[in-house]
Amino acid sequence: MIPSSPKNRRFFTGFLLHLHPRTVPSETLRYSLSWGLGGMAALLVSLLFLTGTLLLLTYQPSTDSAYASILILIREVRFGLWVRNIHHWSANLLVIVAVLHLLRVVLTGAFGPGRRLNWIIGLFLLFLLLSANFTGYLLPWDQLAYWAVTICTSMLGYIPIGGLWLQELFRGGAEIGPATLANFYVLHVVFIPGTLFILMLWHFWLIRLAGGLVQVEKNSPEDVSVLRVPTVPNLIVREAAVGLALMAIVLVISIVWNAPLLEQANSGMSPNPAKAPWYFLGFQELLLHLHPVFVVFVWPLLGIAALFYLPFWHDSSLPTGVWFGSDPGRKLVAWTAAVGALATLVIILIDNLLLHSGEAVAVNILITRGLLPTVLLIALLVGFYFLLVTKLKHTRAEAVMAGLVLMLVALTVCTIIGVWFRGPEMRLVWPWVQQSL
Amino acid sequence: MNSMNCSDMTGNETKIDRRRFLNRCWTLFGIAAVAEFGWLGLSFMNSRRERNRAFKTESIITAGPVEWFTPETVTAIPNGQFYLACLADGSLLALSRTCTHLGCSVPWDEEKRQFVCPCHGSTFNLIGEVLTAPAPRPLDTYPVRIENGIVKVNISTPQKRERFDKGQTARL
Repeated sequence: MIPSSPKNRRFFTGFLLHLHPRTVPSETLRYSLSWGLGGMAALLVSLLFLTGTLLLLTYQPSTDSAYASILILIREVRFGLWVRNIHHWSANLLVIVAVLHLLRVVLTGAFGPGRRLNWIIGLFLLFLLLSANFTGYLLPWDQLAYWAVTICTSMLGYIPIGGLWLQELFRGGAEIGPATLANFYVLHVVFIPGTLFILMLWHFWLIRLAGGLVQVEKNSPEDVSVLRVPTVPNLIVREAAVGLALMAIVLVISIVWNAPLLEQANSGMSPNPAKAPWYFLGFQELLLHLHPVFVVFVWPLLGIAALFYLPFWHDSSLPTGVWFGSDPGRKLVAWTAAVGALATLVIILIDNLLLHSGEAVAVNILITRGLLPTVLLIALLVGFYFLLVTKLKHTRAEAVMAGLVLMLVALTVCTIIGVWFRGPEMRLVWPWVQQSL
Repeated sequence: MNSMNCSDMTGNETKIDRRRFLNRCWTLFGIAAVAEFGWLGLSFMNSRRERNRAFKTESIITAGPVEWFTPETVTAIPNGQFYLACLADGSLLALSRTCTHLGCSVPWDEEKRQFVCPCHGSTFNLIGEVLTAPAPRPLDTYPVRIENGIVKVNISTPQKRERFDKGQTARL
């Protein structure tokens, strides 16, 4: 450990050190405890604020000139293409990093007592950054944007009671037009970043309040001699290493791959296939199989309620600071992930055959493609829980972890199928066939 | 603080009463301010509702003479954003091209003889009935009239329907 030097500390005074305590337990410096995912997310958000500010200088938020202003940005503005790419790739990486961060929090038992409020704030942050991603997707007003906003606002219309009102509110009227773009522009540029910024500071502060990162609880009360080391430079140099490496990766990716831009929005023709941004393709996959009310309203509501309730369920969090809680926990997660992935794949393939088997349309899809799958899924989860707890003698926390991993794996499989295995008219195809089309 | 301690009970009570009264006033003002800003925001947003409608200038679309449409065909009418489906008996049905599932634009596939949605794979037959889920109901229709052999379609509001019936069509 490098000893703290007063000169360094003076240099780093101010805001940075208000977010960090002056010393941190040396154990929490171990990179494989947290993989630095939270810090990565914070860095990506800073990159987004920075590039977003630059983009604001050239973007024109009106349906007539938005698309042209993007073309000018990428063709004529010096480094315009690069800045747009950095913004795009940071935003996309942020979704991945944030989900992995959530997974890390679950797998190291970091949402229990003392961290409950921060789990809730984390969920809000996840929601905000998904909204930020989606609202940003619409601003170029190209074909991707236009049809994404069409599909998404139509989805709002399925919410029982008030759905149509919400739809009109977001569209700024019954149809999509200038008011819609204005709405999403204000959300993307003012409302979401503002809320995100406040909640992020709160999130950081609550980590400090909870005593820093999770760490293994000491068994004996005599063992209070936790070795603490000064934050500057020990933590700061590690954060800088992760941050600078990530920044380099984002900059290089942004040189090699361009952010997508299709033709200008055309209300007469949907692209074929018309796909949502990749982080919503899991939902789009569900939409192919289930009644929209359940995909848009019932399932998200159940999922969100479960996630919010989770930290308040007694003993639902793993022992702190140990990955997977224990060795049986590690095996359980591996098995759950493998079986979950396989089962999801099989269910999708079988239902695909059912959908295309005949001309027959079920009489009441609200039951066959809504209520029935929902009841089956809940029964499956409850059965799975009791199997783990009573038969296999796992703890509640391990069963909860397995349930979350199962859901996340299923969503990931749906997303992968949506991204690479869905071709024209959203039929199942091999990725190499799709490329040649 | 000293004067508070020394004052008699009645004086103290009136002070707290006054404080409580003022606190209530401030709370009331706070609620009023929130309500005012909420009302202001909602009215502001509601007033823009009609803005997006400016695109639709004409609500009665002239599709052409009735001879143009032969039985068992589907013709796209681009300036009205709908399809004219001609049934086997020669009657005409105006179908909205917006998918009833999530609003994508559905093209007519001449080979398969069905409408296929590019977004979520719903398919519809020539008269707009659902062949493959997830679409929850048939394609919306528009009222068709035939005046002096000219087909006219009123596209001001799409008609939602649960099933096909003859009343949705028009014939000479």
